[in-house]
Amino acid sequence: MFKYLKQLTSLVAMVAVLFTFTTETMAAKKSKTLKNTQKKGFVRCGVSQGLPGFSNADAAGNWTGVDVDVCRAVAAAVLGDANKVKFTPLSAKERFTALTSNEIDILSRNTTWTLSRDADIGLTFVGVNFYDGQGFMVRKNSGISSVNDFKAGVSACTNLGTTTELNMRDFFNSKGIQYEPVTFEKADEVVAAYDAGRCDTYTTDKSGLAAQRIKLSNPDDHIVLPETISKEPLGPVVRQGDSVWEDIVRWSLNTMIEAEEYGVTSANADSMKTSDNPAVKRLVGAEGELGAALGLDNEWSLRIIKQVGNYGESYKRNIADTGILPDRGPNELWTKGGILYVPPAR
Amino acid sequence: MNIKKLLPQLLTLLVVILVFGFFSYNAQINMENRGITFGYGFLSQESSFDVQFSLIEYDGSHSYFRAYLVGLLNTILVSVIGIIFATIIGVVVGIARLSNNYLINKTAAVYVEFFRNIPLLLQIFFWYFAALRALPLPQDTEPMFGVFFLTIKGFFVPAFVWNNLDIFIYSIIAAIISIIFVRIYAKKKQEKEGIQTPVFSISIGLLLILPILSFLFGGVDASVEIPVIKQLSQSGFTYEGGIKLPPELISLALALSLYTATFIAECVRAGVQGVSKGQKEAAASIGLTPNQVLKLVVMPQALRIIIPPTTNQYLNLTKNSSLAAAIAYPDLVLVFAGTALMQTGRAIEIVSITMLTYLSLSISISIFMNWYNKKIAIKEK
Repeated sequence: MFKYLKQLTSLVAMVAVLFTFTTETMAAKKSKTLKNTQKKGFVRCGVSQGLPGFSNADAAGNWTGVDVDVCRAVAAAVLGDANKVKFTPLSAKERFTALTSNEIDILSRNTTWTLSRDADIGLTFVGVNFYDGQGFMVRKNSGISSVNDFKAGVSACTNLGTTTELNMRDFFNSKGIQYEPVTFEKADEVVAAYDAGRCDTYTTDKSGLAAQRIKLSNPDDHIVLPETISKEPLGPVVRQGDSVWEDIVRWSLNTMIEAEEYGVTSANADSMKTSDNPAVKRLVGAEGELGAALGLDNEWSLRIIKQVGNYGESYKRNIADTGILPDRGPNELWTKGGILYVPPAR
Repeated sequence: MNIKKLLPQLLTLLVVILVFGFFSYNAQINMENRGITFGYGFLSQESSFDVQFSLIEYDGSHSYFRAYLVGLLNTILVSVIGIIFATIIGVVVGIARLSNNYLINKTAAVYVEFFRNIPLLLQIFFWYFAALRALPLPQDTEPMFGVFFLTIKGFFVPAFVWNNLDIFIYSIIAAIISIIFVRIYAKKKQEKEGIQTPVFSISIGLLLILPILSFLFGGVDASVEIPVIKQLSQSGFTYEGGIKLPPELISLALALSLYTATFIAECVRAGVQGVSKGQKEAAASIGLTPNQVLKLVVMPQALRIIIPPTTNQYLNLTKNSSLAAAIAYPDLVLVFAGTALMQTGRAIEIVSITMLTYLSLSISISIFMNWYNKKIAIKEK
């Protein structure tokens, strides 16, 4: 009889372990994410598996990029240190599941904001940190200079499970061109297959094309066609149901853009405390009680600007100076002819 | 005594139910909290993505369910091709390993040791990325026999264009049915009179004559459509017409068959060596020819040893085909658990369907092989 008792107790123990495991992951209550983040001491951030300019790790494992900077800004605001971020590289396929299953708290991975993603699968997009559009890369010696030169039978390499796959179909269908989609899970495999000649064209977001082009064996043999076939507003995503956390991420991003608008940089942020402009003073926490509304102290935005810099600095450091897209295009401030326009921090 | 036996079983069952119940409850609560709805209704929605290679008519205007079928059929296609080639290579190599010829024997041994000790994913990458780069561009390729074109964009082969294809198919079905009757008749004749009928030659004859008759009198007509090169741009070419086998399918089928064949070869070797020498000697002593010894004495006994482990290899091959996702072959995992999952975000639904599908595929293969195994097992009288 004791023999069965032993079996029984081990089974009970197993079930008990399962229960304790799962009760911890149950139901994020209001701003539970913030509480957890402060308890853990780092922000859990999902990024790409390597996209220069957006999220890319160097040999020492240091992550850089404009997507990375969004997470760093949140870490600076919430924890006081922009380096307290744990980055998780995710494939396009894994990214949303990682977020909804609580593996990460921010997904900042060149992700396009669409209605179905926002509304249907438990995600909330908090803003746009890069306005992009889908383009095509072809070999220079093909003589193709416009998307109108594509002929039926063209094969196109791209990443699977992205909006790219859907846009590509819309585009070729609207032109009445029969095409062959070749879709890979990893960007490196797409580049390798295109490079080998498997495909006539490589299509993805234009920023991605510019960034991946340098991985080709002869980057100069390839050109990106001028046309843009889709709108791709890329931005950070959080889980649905934690509106406080959502606000923190949204306003961390907005702070960076607004800081550029008012000329506040990482170098002059401290001296701006005595500025004559109340908007600037609010931005660096010298006036008003904006931090309290987010459950943070009043220096939160100052820390973002000092440690990460404003949006312009981040863009210059990651995308312009690396030669990926020196021209800011639509990602210029609205005051300078772009479409970056954020609600006022007041 | 009975309760003692029953109690642990009941407890185990209870725990299994509890664990399942708890996990589904937990998933439900978590999904509710995050505003995720659950349901299989998405399967009838328009998929709006295209697939590179499909056995049935499909484009983005079809439903997600249709996309699922496309992926499933592609998985079955590569598995069937893989199983056929793995079996052929496996049997040849397995017998070669038993050869007394030193060179043949050692070549087979090296092949087996080499291919079964390299991870499959690596082999797939090798056949795809390394071998692909070595293939010529469409405009540089040398045609094989004037009609086959092996290029980096795929293997282009001629296609048959049929008239009255149905009559041709009926003629083949008729041939198969008559072969079955011939076999039954031959068996009876041998049991009664001890005379053997050349069943094999008759079968081949039937399979040739009936379809030829359908050509001559049934109005069946086939013409061959040869692929033609087509210019896409100044430097880009492809082939049009005929059938295109995508390089992804070829590399995957190649990697799967070469890998699995090593295991099958070992099964075959074990099976043949497992038949005791006395059996062969006894068969020879009653005057059977070497061919008859192999066919009537050795193989029936060896098969009993070979079939069960080979079944496992078939199952492995089918499951391994899911590595297709790494090289853009649109199998079930890439199309359904990849793109469809991404576009709908319905992870639990899609992963559950995919798991059930692989389970059913494996069980079907198992059932078929178990039936075959029973058929050739010793029937005690």
